[in-house]
Amino acid sequence: MTVTSGRPGAPTPPAVAAPGARRRWMPRDGRARVGLAVIAGFVLVAVVGPFLVTGASGIGPDPLAPPSAQHWLGTTQTGQDVLAQLVVATRGSLLVGALAGLLATVLSIVVGVVGGYVGGRVDEALSLLSNVTLVIPSLPLVILVTHYLDGGGILAISVVIGLTSWAASARVLRAQTRSVRARDHVAASRALGERPWRMVLVEVVPNLLPVIAAQFVFAVIFAILTEAGLSFLGLGGVDHLTWGTMLYFAQNAQALAIGAWWWFIPPGLAIALLGCALSLLNLSLDEVINPRLRGSRSRRDRRAARRPAQPREER
Amino acid sequence: MRHLRRKLAFYLVALWAAVTVNFLLPRLMPGDPVDALLSRMQQTGGAVSPEARQALEVMLGSGGQENLAAQYLTYLGNLLRGDFGVSATYFPTPVSTVLTQSLPWTLVLVGLSTVVSFVLGVTLGALVGWRRGRWSDALVPATTFLAAVPYFWLALVLVFVFGATLGLFPLTGGYDYGLEVGFSGPFLASALHHGLLPAITIVLSSVGTWLLGMRNMTVSTMAEDYVLTAQAKGLRPRRVLVTYAARNAVIPSLASFAISLGFVVSGSIVTEAVFSYPGIGFTLLQAVQNNDYPLMQAVFLVITLAVLGANLLVDLLHAVIDPRTRQTGGR
Amino acid sequence: MGDHHDTGRPVLSVRGLRVDYQLDPPVHAVRDLSLVLRRGEVLGVAGESGCGKSTLAYAVNRLLRPPAEVVGGSVVFHGPDGHDTDVLALTGEALRSFRWRRVAMVFQGAMNALNPVLTIHTQLTDVLAAHEPGSRRRDRARRCAELLSLVGVHPDRARSYPHELSGGMRQRVMIAMALALNPDVLVMDEPTTALDVVVQRDILRELGRLRERFGFALVLITHDLSLLLEISDRIAVMYAGRVVEEGTATRLLTAPRHPYTTGLLGSFPSLTGPRQDMRGIPGQPPDLTQALDHCAFHDRCPHRRDVCAHQRPPLGPAPAAGEHPTPGGGEHPTPGGGAHLVACHAWHPDRYGAPAPTALRHGTFRPTHTAEVVDP
Repeated sequence: MTVTSGRPGAPTPPAVAAPGARRRWMPRDGRARVGLAVIAGFVLVAVVGPFLVTGASGIGPDPLAPPSAQHWLGTTQTGQDVLAQLVVATRGSLLVGALAGLLATVLSIVVGVVGGYVGGRVDEALSLLSNVTLVIPSLPLVILVTHYLDGGGILAISVVIGLTSWAASARVLRAQTRSVRARDHVAASRALGERPWRMVLVEVVPNLLPVIAAQFVFAVIFAILTEAGLSFLGLGGVDHLTWGTMLYFAQNAQALAIGAWWWFIPPGLAIALLGCALSLLNLSLDEVINPRLRGSRSRRDRRAARRPAQPREER
Repeated sequence: MRHLRRKLAFYLVALWAAVTVNFLLPRLMPGDPVDALLSRMQQTGGAVSPEARQALEVMLGSGGQENLAAQYLTYLGNLLRGDFGVSATYFPTPVSTVLTQSLPWTLVLVGLSTVVSFVLGVTLGALVGWRRGRWSDALVPATTFLAAVPYFWLALVLVFVFGATLGLFPLTGGYDYGLEVGFSGPFLASALHHGLLPAITIVLSSVGTWLLGMRNMTVSTMAEDYVLTAQAKGLRPRRVLVTYAARNAVIPSLASFAISLGFVVSGSIVTEAVFSYPGIGFTLLQAVQNNDYPLMQAVFLVITLAVLGANLLVDLLHAVIDPRTRQTGGR
Repeated sequence: MGDHHDTGRPVLSVRGLRVDYQLDPPVHAVRDLSLVLRRGEVLGVAGESGCGKSTLAYAVNRLLRPPAEVVGGSVVFHGPDGHDTDVLALTGEALRSFRWRRVAMVFQGAMNALNPVLTIHTQLTDVLAAHEPGSRRRDRARRCAELLSLVGVHPDRARSYPHELSGGMRQRVMIAMALALNPDVLVMDEPTTALDVVVQRDILRELGRLRERFGFALVLITHDLSLLLEISDRIAVMYAGRVVEEGTATRLLTAPRHPYTTGLLGSFPSLTGPRQDMRGIPGQPPDLTQALDHCAFHDRCPHRRDVCAHQRPPLGPAPAAGEHPTPGGGEHPTPGGGAHLVACHAWHPDRYGAPAPTALRHGTFRPTHTAEVVDP
C-alpha cells in the first residue's frame, strides 16, 4: 500500500494484520464443517458399511415388518432389512455420484478452460457446444440412451450422466478462465513465452480451484439426483443397489399405499441429507469465490472489512 | 436487433443438434431396435402393416438398406410433416396424436408451477438478501434442504401424507375419469384438484434454487455503487430494493433460470410418473416401459423443443430488462 | 441562491467521530476525528487507501452498513435557517429527506454509480419524485433537461442508458444528479479516478463554476494530494483514521508540517508545478485493529525519535513558515478555524528532545532508510 505513483488506485481495506491467516487447512466456516462431516460419514458408510451388514438381499422370514429392535428400519416386502439395503445402496449412489461428477468436471475443465484460455475460433466452437448441450434437457436424453443400452449397469449410467451434465460448469469455468487470463501476472508470463499447457496448469487451474471444487460438488449432487430419478423409473443399473433402485422397488411394491413408510422414507432422506451437506459445502465455497457474500456472521474473517465502505475493486 | 438474430440462430443450431442426436442415437446403438419393436408389437397387437414397418425404419434406421444421408433426409421430411410414426403402446394411434393429448397437461402443470416457483423464489430471495443477517437467513438452510430433496421422493411423501393418510387429494391421474374432457366446470375443478399436489411438489422442490441464487445476487448487488447512490439519494427503501437492487440482481437469475429449466423439466417428468399424471413425462415412462421407440424419440424431441422455446422466451425477457443486451450482441 | 453565499459559517461539524468495523478483532477505521466544514468552501480530504477517508464520508451520510458502525462522536448539520440537526440520530423518513437535499454524494469515479438498467432520465427524476412528492411529471422532465444542460450534457442524452455514455459524461450526469435538490454539501469520493487527465480537468473546472453559482460546500476525498492542492480551500490529511495535518491549501503546499504530508507531496507529480523527484513512502500503514497509543506514522517516519513510539502527538497549531516551533503548542485546537494544525512531536522540542529536523522544516521527505539519522 505504499504510495508510489499518481496512478488512480482502488481503495483497499483498512489495513489489518496477518493476511495469510485465512489459509488454513480446516475451513473456519461452520457450515462447511458440518457439510464435510456429513459427507465423511456417508463415505465411511459406503466404504466399510456393506461389510458390516447382512440381510440386504435374499428373502427374509418376516416381510414388511415395521421398525423394531431387530430391524431398525423395518423390512421390505420380501423380508430384507431396509437398513442393510440402505447401507449397501449408499455405496452404489456414492459411486455414481463420484464417477459421473468426476467425468463431468474433467470434461468441463477441458472444454471451459481450453476455450477460455485459447479464445478465438476454438472458444466460439466450444462455447456453442456447451451452450447447445446446456439447453437440451438431459434427463430425457439419459433415459433414451440408457434404455438403448438396456440398463447397462452402474458404470454405463455414470458415464451417460457425466457426458450430459458438464455444460453448465464449462460455461462457468470459461468465464473464470478468461478473467484469470486477463490478470497482469498471467499476461506477463504469456508475453515471456511460457508454454501454453504450462501456463494453464501453473497459472490458470490453481486460481480456479475453488470454482472447480464448487462445480464438482454440484456435479455430484446432480449425478446422484439424476441416477435416483432414473432408477426410480426402472431404468437404473441392475448390478448395484442404489437409493434410487430402493425407491423403485418400494414404489413397485406399493409401499406407499400399504403404509410402509419405513421403506421409502429413508432412501429419500439419505439423498436429501447428502445433497444438503454438499450444498452447505458449496455455499462456503461460493463465499471463497465471491467475498461479498461473506456476512457479518463470519466475524473472524477480517477481510470482510473491505466490503461495506469500500466495496469496489478496480473494474 | 442483432442480439435477437443471434439468439434465434443459436436456437436453430440447438434444435438441429437435438434433432440430429435423436436421429443418430438409435442408429449408433447395438442391435436392431426395429426388429425388437416389431416382435413386441406382433405379440400384443397382431399383424403389422408394411407401412408401419417402413415408418419405424425411417424413424429408427435399420439394417442399412439406405445410406445414412438418405435416411436422414427422409427423417427430416417426416418430422416437418409432424409424422412421428405409430405408437406401440397405444397402437395403432399415431405418435403425434398421443403427443397432442398429453402435451397440454404438462404445459399447464409444469409451466405454471415453474413460473410460480420462479416468481416466488426471486421475490423471497430479494427480500432475504435485502434483510440479511436477521431471521431471514434461517430460511437458507431450510431451502437448501428442499433443493436437495428429489422431486419424486417429495411427491411420494406428499402423496402419502395428503393423499393416502389425510385423503385430501386424489392419489393419481389428472382428472376423474368419469368426466368428459373439455371446458366444463366439473372437469376443470377436477383437473385443478388433481393438479394441486403435483404442482405443490414442483414448486416446493424448485423454489429453493431460485431463492438461494437470487439471495446471493441481491447481496452482491447491494454492494454496488448504484445501490449506495440510490440510498444516498434518499429514495424510498422499496424503490431502492425493487428498481435498483432486485432489478439488477434478477438478470443473472434469469440466466440461471434458463440453465435450470432442463433440470426442472426432468424433475417434472419423474413427478408425473409418481402421480400417473397424463402428461408428457408419464407418456415417456409408458413408452420406455413398452419399448415404444417412436414415442420415446418423439417425446424427447417435444420436450427439447419446449425447453428451447422457454429459453428463447427467457432471452427475450432478458433483453427487455437489460438494456445492454439490446445494443451489444452476443452473450 | 444568493442566500447560500454566507461563507464562513459552519455547515457540517464532525466531533470525536469514531467508526469501527465490528469484526474479530474490531478494526478502528476512524478514530476520534473532528472536522468542520464551512458553507461554500472546498475541503479536501487526502490520505492513502484504507486511512478511513471513505469511511468518514459514508458515516456523514449514514451509509455505513454492518459490520461498520459509528461507536462515538457526533455529526451535526447546521441548516441555512440556523437550525441544527443531529445527523447520527436521524431515522426513517427524516433521514431519507435529509439525504441528498442536505448532503449529496458522488461515489468513486461514477463508473458504477449509475444503475445500468435505467435511463439517465429515470435516475435523475426519481430524486425529484422522492423528495418532491407533489411535483408533476412534466416539471420533473423539464428540470432533468435543465440539470443536464447545466453540466454540459445535451438534454437528449436523458434517454440514454449509462453504458451508452463515456466515463466523463457519466461523471457529469452524476454531478447533475447531485445538484438536483440544490444541496448544502456535496461529497465526492475519488471523483476523478478512472478518468483521463484531460477529462479530469474539465470536470473539476465545471465543479468550480457550479460551486460559485450555487454556493454548496464541496468535500473532495482523494488520495491525489496534488489535485486537492489545486482546487481546495482547505485540506485535511488523514492517516490511520485520524487527521494528522489540516490547513489551507497554500500552507500545505508551501509549508507542510507533517512528515506524512511531505511524503505524500513527494509521491505525486504536480500537474502544473515544476518537475520533481518522485519518492514513495516505504512501509505499510499500521494495523488498525491496534489501539495505536503512539504516533501511527512513526515506523515509516524518517524523523522518528523515542517519544514517537510511546506517545500519541495531539493535533495542535503548526508553526508558521520559518518560525521556530511553538512551545507547548495548543492543547485545545479549534478545527476548521482556518488554522494550520499538525499532529507531530517534532515541533515540540521539549517532548522531541531535539529541534525540528531541517528536512522537515524545508518540507522535503526522504525515506527512512536514506535518512535514518535525525538532522542536528
